[in-house]
Amino acid sequence: MKKLLLGNAAVARGAYEAGVRVVSSYPGTPSTEITEEIAKYDEVYCEWAPNEKVGAEVAIGASIAGARAMSCMKHVGLNVMADPVFTMSYIGANGGLVFCVADDPGMHSSQNEQDSRHYAEAAKIMMLEPSDSQECKDFTKAAFELSEKYDTPVFLRLSTRVSHSQSLVEISDRQERELLPYEKNIGKYVMMPGNAIKRHVVVEERERTLEKFANETELNVIEDNGSKIGVITSGIAYMYSHEALGDKVNYLKLGMVYPLPAEKILEFAKGLDAVYVIEELDPVIEKFCKSCGVKVIGKEKFTYLGEYTPAMIKKAVFGEDLPEHAEPKENIPMRPPVMCAGCPHRGTFYVLKKLGLVVSGDIGCYTLGAVAPLATVDTTVCMGASVSAALGMAKARGKEFNKKLVSVIGDSTFMHSGITGLVDIVYNKGANTVIILDNSITGMTGHQDNPTTGYTIRKEPTKQVNLVALCKSIGVSRVVVADPFDLKHFEEVVKEEVAADEPSVIIAQRPCALLKTVKYTGTCKIGSDCRKCKVCMKLGCPAIWQDKDGVHIDANQCNGCGLCINVCPFGCITKED
Amino acid sequence: MTKSIMIVGVGGQGTLLASRILGNTVISEGYDVKVSEVHGMSQRGGSVVTYVKFGDKVYSPIIGIGEADIILAFEQLEAYRALPYLKKGGTIIANTQKMNPMPVITGAAEYPENIIEKIQQSSSLIPVDALELAEKAGNIKAVNVVLIGVMAKSTDIAYETWVETIKSTVPPKFLDVNLKAFELGYNLK
Ligand SMILES: Cc1ncc(C[n+]2csc(CCOP(=O)(O)OP(=O)(O)O)c2C)c(N)n1
Repeated sequence: MKKLLLGNAAVARGAYEAGVRVVSSYPGTPSTEITEEIAKYDEVYCEWAPNEKVGAEVAIGASIAGARAMSCMKHVGLNVMADPVFTMSYIGANGGLVFCVADDPGMHSSQNEQDSRHYAEAAKIMMLEPSDSQECKDFTKAAFELSEKYDTPVFLRLSTRVSHSQSLVEISDRQERELLPYEKNIGKYVMMPGNAIKRHVVVEERERTLEKFANETELNVIEDNGSKIGVITSGIAYMYSHEALGDKVNYLKLGMVYPLPAEKILEFAKGLDAVYVIEELDPVIEKFCKSCGVKVIGKEKFTYLGEYTPAMIKKAVFGEDLPEHAEPKENIPMRPPVMCAGCPHRGTFYVLKKLGLVVSGDIGCYTLGAVAPLATVDTTVCMGASVSAALGMAKARGKEFNKKLVSVIGDSTFMHSGITGLVDIVYNKGANTVIILDNSITGMTGHQDNPTTGYTIRKEPTKQVNLVALCKSIGVSRVVVADPFDLKHFEEVVKEEVAADEPSVIIAQRPCALLKTVKYTGTCKIGSDCRKCKVCMKLGCPAIWQDKDGVHIDANQCNGCGLCINVCPFGCITKED
Repeated sequence: MTKSIMIVGVGGQGTLLASRILGNTVISEGYDVKVSEVHGMSQRGGSVVTYVKFGDKVYSPIIGIGEADIILAFEQLEAYRALPYLKKGGTIIANTQKMNPMPVITGAAEYPENIIEKIQQSSSLIPVDALELAEKAGNIKAVNVVLIGVMAKSTDIAYETWVETIKSTVPPKFLDVNLKAFELGYNLK
């Protein structure tokens, strides 16, 4: 039976059919739906881990224990889990072990555009790269097989367009697999120098074996159309190339992008007048071809930046221009993402802006606090950095600066990597104020549960991390819970806590407005007595707008959260049912 | 021949459901199909674009400049933004609803005037007050299915086929509203 499946759902299906038993991941666009889809298969143990390193380690443990296991993450998540991964390359795999990593060329939802293929080479781990949903399923199954066959973890590399495109997939049944035996094997599983030295030898032997395998495997296919022009490509770039160039060129489609097949590339290039390498992001395949002595055209024609398109490839190879089309005759205003109407973070940022504080920011929906008109966030680096970087700022600029400085971090991000920063503040006698934006969910990636929500990925009730008790146990004595929509009180709390000469945590507690449990009613309306002071405009609420006649609230967008009622100094905004 | 349909709108307007209904309908007609969706950051009230392509064999899931046979626009400004993607001779079906983007709200930019007329100078555009029809169907959120209904009329796929996919794609709780919304869109003169 054929079904229309998202690339991510097809990876989940492949893992399921391959008999995967344990999946542990941390969400991250564009990888999130893989684990959400796995959660629909009752036969598989599945969880949201607090971060990618933990997720990878849970999968590692399951593999050592004899089960097929997988962990999925976005590209930057691979940075977080890199430590165990590099050493797992030495240990290998007992049950098949797959790390699924989704890159984001074009940065649809990311803070950088790193190319995860470099990790495969650095960690000496085989990497497969599918180009549509059917291949997502097939390559996932192949990855489990190859992992067990060659005693290695395997990377499955995805990209936004593969993860988030739907195409047809042939569905099969799950093959239940017995657990492989677990046997104590200190030489293989305990990586201390004496053992690791021996395992490194094994890794290098495996590398040579896999280089040979790369030349033979059907994952790498030559499509000979009798042309004198060749294209070497992989993943979504293959689909773009094929759309653009059709059967006017020959293709070497690489389904396995590490190790790369030297002999196959030489064979493909033989007798061709020109060979193009078409790959998004970094020139990984291109450099390899050149190192094999194959003359290829790559980044001199194609950019390092963003996503490719068929049109761009047509232009680069055949010099063809865009088809005829109409253009607007004026500038079109951009529509950047914004915090939703009713977002609890809006109250927090309104107060922080009013107080003129320096805001050490983090990653989540609240990163949008950097967008006008709030424009309140000063820095965003990576998950968790808000807390530790603020300590660095305070240590660099001193006590007075610290009294104008706060960190903001979401509940999921605090669990992910904020706790250790807070420990550093307490341990090293900082006096920072950390605001945990507790909206009761992982918002940015589309509502995943986390250790602070009290539910598992399958919505089973579980123990809930108590943020107040946690911060206190770390050694923060000043921990205050406050509602960011109670603007007056929230402002007082912030003023008081930044003034304190010791570490403090403010837990800004109000659930995400998109949660089903949140039931705001009615819509807000601006009365005819409005004095046009425009204070409400400073909230940056998408429902509030102005024209020559004054300020208005769009009833279709307002969800009745009432924050604007609290902010209006003249009481001119009221709620209507 | 590949048919390319682009769905544009504002995050939160339900473009994903529209592309899924469309995708599932064309597979039931036996086509190869690819649907490219947007998840994550841009869903937070930003511009969102999804592509649906179908034919004998589809390679790229994305639609380029000058390639869309139909653009289904959920909002006027987004229709205007997508104009360069329309194939010569293609059609835009546009909801007449306007939603101000943040640069307009803050006064950094102005919302262009008379967008519908400006697009119609160069291209064929069918304006639809989908919000009103959705309200008539019983829920303003059904704008997406109203627009699918308008588009369905211009294809050779049978009315019943669309209804079948709506039944299998939409949660039962919202089925009646959505079927009504589809009918109102489909029967728009
Ligand atoms: C290392 C890493 N993993 C995952 C992500 C993807 N991501 C960005 S923000 C976020 C979580 C946000 O949740 P929370 O901190 O609760 O804030 P909210 O969005 O709910 O406001 C995730 C998973 C990332 N950017 N970096």
